[in-house]
Amino acid sequence: MKTFKLGGIHPGENKLSAGAAIEILPLPTQVCIPVSQNLGAPSKVVVEKGAVIRTGQLIAKGEAFISSNVHSSVSGKVTKIDSVIDTSGYKRPAVYIDVEGDEWEESIDRSQDIISDIRLSREEIISRLNETGIVGLGGATFPSHVKLMIPEGKKAEYLLINGVECEPYLTSDHRLMLERGREMMIGVKILMKGLNVTKAYIGIERNKPDAIDHLLKISAEFPGIEIIPLKVKYPQGGEKQLIKAVLNREVPSGKLPIEVGCVVNNVGTALAVYEAVQKNKPLIDRVVTVTGKSLKKPSNLLVRIGTPVNQLIDFAGGLPEDTGKVINGGPMMGKALTSLEVPVVKGTSGILILPENESRRIPVINCIRCARCISVCPMGLEPVLLAQLSENQVYEAAEKEHILDCIECGSCQYTCPAGRPLLDYLRLGKNKVGVIIRNRGKK
Amino acid sequence: MNETLVYAVISLSAIGVISAIILYFVAQKFKVIEDPRIDIVADLLPGANCGGCGLAGCRAFAEEIVRSEDLSKLNCPVSSRDAMKQIAAAMGLEAPERDPMIAVVRCSGSRVNAPQKVIYDGALSCSFAHALSAGESGCPNGCLGLGDCVVSCKFDAIYMDETTGLPVVSDENCVACGACITACPRSIIELRLKGKKDRRIFVSCVNTEKGGPAKKNCSVACIGCGKCVKECPYDAITLVNNLAWIDFSKCRLCRKCEPVCPTGSILETNFPARKEKPGEPEIVAEKTEA
Repeated sequence: MKTFKLGGIHPGENKLSAGAAIEILPLPTQVCIPVSQNLGAPSKVVVEKGAVIRTGQLIAKGEAFISSNVHSSVSGKVTKIDSVIDTSGYKRPAVYIDVEGDEWEESIDRSQDIISDIRLSREEIISRLNETGIVGLGGATFPSHVKLMIPEGKKAEYLLINGVECEPYLTSDHRLMLERGREMMIGVKILMKGLNVTKAYIGIERNKPDAIDHLLKISAEFPGIEIIPLKVKYPQGGEKQLIKAVLNREVPSGKLPIEVGCVVNNVGTALAVYEAVQKNKPLIDRVVTVTGKSLKKPSNLLVRIGTPVNQLIDFAGGLPEDTGKVINGGPMMGKALTSLEVPVVKGTSGILILPENESRRIPVINCIRCARCISVCPMGLEPVLLAQLSENQVYEAAEKEHILDCIECGSCQYTCPAGRPLLDYLRLGKNKVGVIIRNRGKK
Repeated sequence: MNETLVYAVISLSAIGVISAIILYFVAQKFKVIEDPRIDIVADLLPGANCGGCGLAGCRAFAEEIVRSEDLSKLNCPVSSRDAMKQIAAAMGLEAPERDPMIAVVRCSGSRVNAPQKVIYDGALSCSFAHALSAGESGCPNGCLGLGDCVVSCKFDAIYMDETTGLPVVSDENCVACGACITACPRSIIELRLKGKKDRRIFVSCVNTEKGGPAKKNCSVACIGCGKCVKECPYDAITLVNNLAWIDFSKCRLCRKCEPVCPTGSILETNFPARKEKPGEPEIVAEKTEA
């Protein structure tokens, strides 16, 4: 069974909602759509207060190279252009829309028919993805059209599709592969055309046997796409780990996957690409897993972007009494929410509700030099050393020790028997080193 | 036997003499003439290498003084005025008069004024907490209370007040080196004029939100109403981004702004009590202890 070699952990899977079919969440009464939902430059609002808009209409335009368009996920009236508290508790600019009916833009094909021939050319695919605001739905929200523009001198050989879903609890990609596998596969074909490659691999962990079987069955219709079952190991969903696991290639330090001829996309992105190219539908909804051990009904919901998180929780049976923490994302890389009014954005893959007894960190004691963090680091770094350097603000030395290669998977902190906040300091160090490097470039 | 000994002694002495001659000429050629005043000035400096002057350390500061022979732009904030006068005397220069400064914490978001809304469970460092979240009170600009400033202070001049959860600057120990200002990720601490008898008036808030949201998180936040700006007879107060700021070079300590502030975010320190006390006496008391 294939997997990556270096480090990795196996936390309890807890895929509570794996059997729950995707349900459509009823429309909320008001949505709040943050205008910068992607990695890169924020987008510029193009609607005015009081404007009546339709579902799928452009509300913010991405103007920089790495930025993306944002569309209205509902129809109704723009009530205000203000700010909203995002997942971190800071304010970000956002557009508020009062929902009235569900009038879609006429250019969007809302039929359920599966269209399998790809009529658009490579350039048209890229510009369509740009127009429809497709971003990577795995969590990093990198604009997809930029990923298809291969820098000069480089050549893509393979497209890798990430169906690993290595985060515990989350099942949105799993359900998506099961229920909308065929559409997703056409999305993969479109991405292959956009990249001009003939071979694509879909990596899926072995804990989703039904999804593997289903895709193996339909993959006969799609030549050039191969399904690769992988051993269950966290963080296999990291793109560098996935490339290592599937192709046994190693991305050099500080470089992008294209260096070894690969482009990695998530299964959710592949489905969004299908909808954008074949149906002209912008990215206005996504599948979100709402889960937790004490939650009444762990579910996978198809949610319009901008819906407040508390509506998702209400639909899944309400907030349990013993709630200690609500996390945006999975337990390993997700961030705790400070408010339940936070809207669902393009990067929201799950809402996890942890009970009180699991939500606090263990008390921090001194490092006992067991080197467990080093043995589990999937990037081959020394988290203990990097955390110390960062804590003592020796950022130049941390840079030399390749702190920027850290993928923030949290394996080190998960495994630390002394409860040390390793990842916290690594993140801080990465941030500071990034600033130092940028300032160096200016001089 | 004897002969060998004699040869050895002679050849060794010859090598010694030749090396000495070479070394003498090399030393002449590569002689570094260092101004003796650098040592004199360096001895007069505190030697803490705090970086408060903006240079790499005390030696670098001494070199810079001797090189530029100008004290108007160089100042060691840590040295007393007498020490700076001695340095000036050693250099044969005039020490410019400088008013002493002090670090001022511009946040009154104590546990009572800005109650905790969420639990922060991460690494105990302000810079990390700042990068990750808005803080336990929800105020995106307020003090996080994890003490990066206390760690950065080399003069034991800041401590955390256990009851309020805010840092307190000691009037005696603070030398205004500015280390805490760099350490604070939220730029809450500011260098201000120390003032006669340590009397100061300042806006103890750095929140730039509009009135409503600011007040939601903290009862003593500056809401940017501008009452103090109208009240000030000396044009010392400016209002930028919903936040008032008192220019200490213009402020004449008339105390007219403090009573008009509806939220009590303007603080006075070390003033005698007013006849009738409007505003919030508790906070004033808190600050005067320092």
